[in-house]
Amino acid sequence: MKKPIIILTALCLLLAGCADGAMRRLADAGYDFGYTVENNTGSTVVNVYNWGEYMDEDLNKAFESVTGIKVNYDTFQTNEMLYSTLKSGGSSYDVVIPSDYMIGRLIEEDMLLPLDFGNIPNFENVDPKFKNPEYDPQNLFSAPYMWGTVGIIYDTTRVASPIESWGALFDERYGGEILMFDNSRDAIGIALKLLGYSYNTINEAELREAYDLLAEQKPLVQAYVMDQIFDKMENGEAILAPYYAGDAIMMMESNEDLAFVIPSEGSNIFTDAFVIPKGAANKAAAEMYIDFMCSYNAGSANVAAVGYSTPLLDVYAGLDASVKNDGVSYPQDFTLLEAYANMPRETRDLYDRLWTDLLR
Amino acid sequence: MKRRGGLLTGPYIVWMALFTIVPMLLVVWFAFTGEDGRLTLDNFARLLDYGAVFWRSLGLAAIATVACFVIGYPLAYVLSRETEAVRKSAMLLIMLPMWINMLLRTYAWMSILENNGLLNQLLSFLRLPTLHIINTPAAVALGMVYNYLPFMVLPVLTVMLKIDSSVIEAAQDLGGNQATVFKRVILPLSLPGVLSGITMVFVPSVSTFIISKLLGGGKTLLLGDLIEMQFLGNTYNPYLGSAIALLMMVIVLISMALMNRFGEGEEEVVVL
Repeated sequence: MKKPIIILTALCLLLAGCADGAMRRLADAGYDFGYTVENNTGSTVVNVYNWGEYMDEDLNKAFESVTGIKVNYDTFQTNEMLYSTLKSGGSSYDVVIPSDYMIGRLIEEDMLLPLDFGNIPNFENVDPKFKNPEYDPQNLFSAPYMWGTVGIIYDTTRVASPIESWGALFDERYGGEILMFDNSRDAIGIALKLLGYSYNTINEAELREAYDLLAEQKPLVQAYVMDQIFDKMENGEAILAPYYAGDAIMMMESNEDLAFVIPSEGSNIFTDAFVIPKGAANKAAAEMYIDFMCSYNAGSANVAAVGYSTPLLDVYAGLDASVKNDGVSYPQDFTLLEAYANMPRETRDLYDRLWTDLLR
Repeated sequence: MKRRGGLLTGPYIVWMALFTIVPMLLVVWFAFTGEDGRLTLDNFARLLDYGAVFWRSLGLAAIATVACFVIGYPLAYVLSRETEAVRKSAMLLIMLPMWINMLLRTYAWMSILENNGLLNQLLSFLRLPTLHIINTPAAVALGMVYNYLPFMVLPVLTVMLKIDSSVIEAAQDLGGNQATVFKRVILPLSLPGVLSGITMVFVPSVSTFIISKLLGGGKTLLLGDLIEMQFLGNTYNPYLGSAIALLMMVIVLISMALMNRFGEGEEEVVVL
């Protein structure tokens, strides 16, 4: 996920006026900016808060030169970090891009503004599969940005047989060569799925069973990691690890021995979506930004830069057949994929307690 | 306080008030309130669950501090007796790593210590047995020592340089051999530097979190990790986070008070 962005950014620093180029490309492609310009007063600002390394940031410049609206672009590392920023106040973001369960929580706590889809005509382009999602059943508050799955990335030269099950992460043969998620939701989720439970269970007994499994696994785990996984897997430091499909593709590009599989027990499907938090200073500009990002050209640029999967139909249609059919970015079978839902307070507390117990 | 200084110290006092005093008061306020906004001691009751984390953090910080002393004190002693030129170059070498961001330095250690890392590549090239140190508490302690060693060497060296050479000569004239001179003169006189060195190593060590995450493989939760989790974990609980932070501050203050007491009669210990 990281390297292409660095190259792109470097290229654009070299090619001055790149943003204008991007705008021309967008205009050449018949993208209609007519409706955006009328709102342009020249002093409008839209504050955007996105995941790190999760956008072709040249698009922000393109948006600025097309609309005259200035983009302030900040990034966060986790949904929880985003939540604590919004909750503690003092910030005024117009567009944020949290994941599904966090959007559910923000809706529940009345922290979002409903979107005016009249200002987001490109929403039409979203795959109906991703409309009216569980976290936003009437699709009032969100427009999907990207989605992906979780699976196991592994070194094909060092496993006895191709990995098919989450059970491989608990296999003593790979003791000391296993990396594990360093966040409680994903880590406990894997144990739940292996036990055949839902990711969203609020049953304490089931969660404790998952904890026991993770406690048994701990001696086999080399390290609990997030971003450090890139170095460790690319350099053959570990044999297998669970991670997100988009990042797995990036790792596979720099180490040919790596492969990625969505385990047979099923896995997590996550969607990150645009929302507008309460307190946004300029809702119309924010909606314009969301619409821009849902356009074919912006969507294509983002897919190329980021490596995650797009919910936009025309962007998907324009992809290489090899990408569509590799089974990593666009799995054929969605039946075994389950999204995270927002959990009640007590369950979130329990997650934190179990996680602390595991690591202490 | 002298009045003349009032105007000149103004900017610093404003700075302190805004970014040190006010946040500390906020920490205290949050530590004693619950989610409903009422005063409570619940947060402190919950701290009991985390005893193991406290002891581990204190233990690792103590190990790192002792190691820094064992490495740093002799170095400072030797440097204090060297010529100015040697000392200056040595100081530069000690300071040099601190010009690089701590996160980057710790990442570098990660690639040195890994099982297929630089160190083990070298060892296996020399046909020596390889080391498995990454993702253990030992690696965390090593990271602390590496990052905070200059904070031990520099104050000790400064104090040693201030020791009047005529005092040492007098001791030698009175028949003290090298060991006696060191034990009876140099060691006691350098104690204030040692005490501030201990404080300056122990305090950041006890509150570190990124070192344990990168070098300890995230398997050993430290106090810093625990506090981070309260703010950025599943449950946003700044109240419990503040209570842990407050307890940590109290521990640090107590240890500094002990240090000051220990060094009583000496020059006042430099407090952070």
